[in-house]
Amino acid sequence: MTTPVKANAHAEMAQEQVNEEIAALSAAYGRSGTLELQPRRDYGPYRSTILRHPTKDPHHADPEGIERWSPVFGERDVDPLEADLTIQAGGGPLGEKMVVTGRVVDAAGRPVRGQLVEIWQANASGRYIHKRDQHPAPIDPNFTGVGRCLTDDDGTYRFTTIKPGPYPWRNHRNAWRPAHIHFSVFGTEFTQRLVTQMYFPGDPLFALDPIYQSIRDPRARERLVAAYDHDVTVPEVSTGYRWDIVLTGSLPTPLEQDEDR
Amino acid sequence: MSSLPPTPGQTVGPFFHYALPYDGDNELVPPGSPGSVRLSGLVLDGSGDPVPDALIEIWQPDPAGGVVRAAGSLHRDGHTFTGFGRAATDRAGRYTFSTLRPGSVAPGRAPYFAMAVFARGLLHRLMTRCYLPGPEVADDPFLASLETSRRATLTAREDELGYVFDVRLQGEDETVFLEGRRD
Ligand SMILES: [Fe+2]
Repeated sequence: MTTPVKANAHAEMAQEQVNEEIAALSAAYGRSGTLELQPRRDYGPYRSTILRHPTKDPHHADPEGIERWSPVFGERDVDPLEADLTIQAGGGPLGEKMVVTGRVVDAAGRPVRGQLVEIWQANASGRYIHKRDQHPAPIDPNFTGVGRCLTDDDGTYRFTTIKPGPYPWRNHRNAWRPAHIHFSVFGTEFTQRLVTQMYFPGDPLFALDPIYQSIRDPRARERLVAAYDHDVTVPEVSTGYRWDIVLTGSLPTPLEQDEDR
Repeated sequence: MSSLPPTPGQTVGPFFHYALPYDGDNELVPPGSPGSVRLSGLVLDGSGDPVPDALIEIWQPDPAGGVVRAAGSLHRDGHTFTGFGRAATDRAGRYTFSTLRPGSVAPGRAPYFAMAVFARGLLHRLMTRCYLPGPEVADDPFLASLETSRRATLTAREDELGYVFDVRLQGEDETVFLEGRRD
């Protein structure tokens, strides 16, 4: 189950061929004159998409009823200590300690208050605590790589963690993922539900990674890259990165939304 | 009014199982409790093979059609209904929830579970609706806007314990997925 036969068929494919496919899809986007804000679900260079992307057009629907609301999470759900991934065991984890913070806002820039943010990530060596992770890098006994928090009244989330390492995967021969933190976020309505990944500035693996490149618009994919921010460092303790998240979901214009509610 | 562009989505990947699932995630009410129903189904790929690394979330009104504003989905207390649940698919591609029937949120609207679908190999989440079978389905204006053959993909079928709703990511019987104007 961990490595389906279909994936193995691509296991010997070279990075050069993946690069060519990425370049061709990128050039086609340049010629299309359209603006894509999200990844293409149909993105062949990421092999696992082949049988898992819808082929029919999505049905355009205005959100109604329950979709215009989000689940509520509260103090009962999240212990504030869950926002610090460096204190979950007896000792501190190895790696570059850092603060990752930012605001969750809607398309109009309004804060998403009191909502759940969940993260998970590899350790400094690029290894996940997951039974399906076969990467022979060391597990860090002091790092689970899982965190949660609630946004504050300004929409701000804040985690203390360590910088994850890049890791190999089996999309093609010698495929490596750029270092990233997985984020799961809720907005003010369920249609804003988002799972994504945050990256680090200047990663040399960006150009080679079909998951990152599946967002064909260069400016759109750069929205997943955090900024180093010296103002969020903790002196003598940790570096700091800032990354804001904009949840638009299927909201009509903010004005319409106000009138509807 | 200026409008900020969205943060793009990315796949949930293969390694979410130690992070997103939690104890009681798929039990909005204890199984077998009064009024409980089971909602289960398969997530299938374009070959009809099960997807063992998908994650399904449901968000629903209470049986009277009310929007639930209670916290506690992550640490269920056994009696507060929060309307939200999460279920990873098992090795056979099956997800299962224990929940209550959603009510209709407005007159003339058929009751449904709002559903979000995540998976390895799925680069951006999919949204759909799982409608309960019943007389309201025939008159619901949203369902009426779909071709008859496509409409069927959004309606659960009943079994002895509740409802069965399969999610087909690709193919002839592909589930209808929803997208708003700004997605
Ligand atoms: Fe990852």
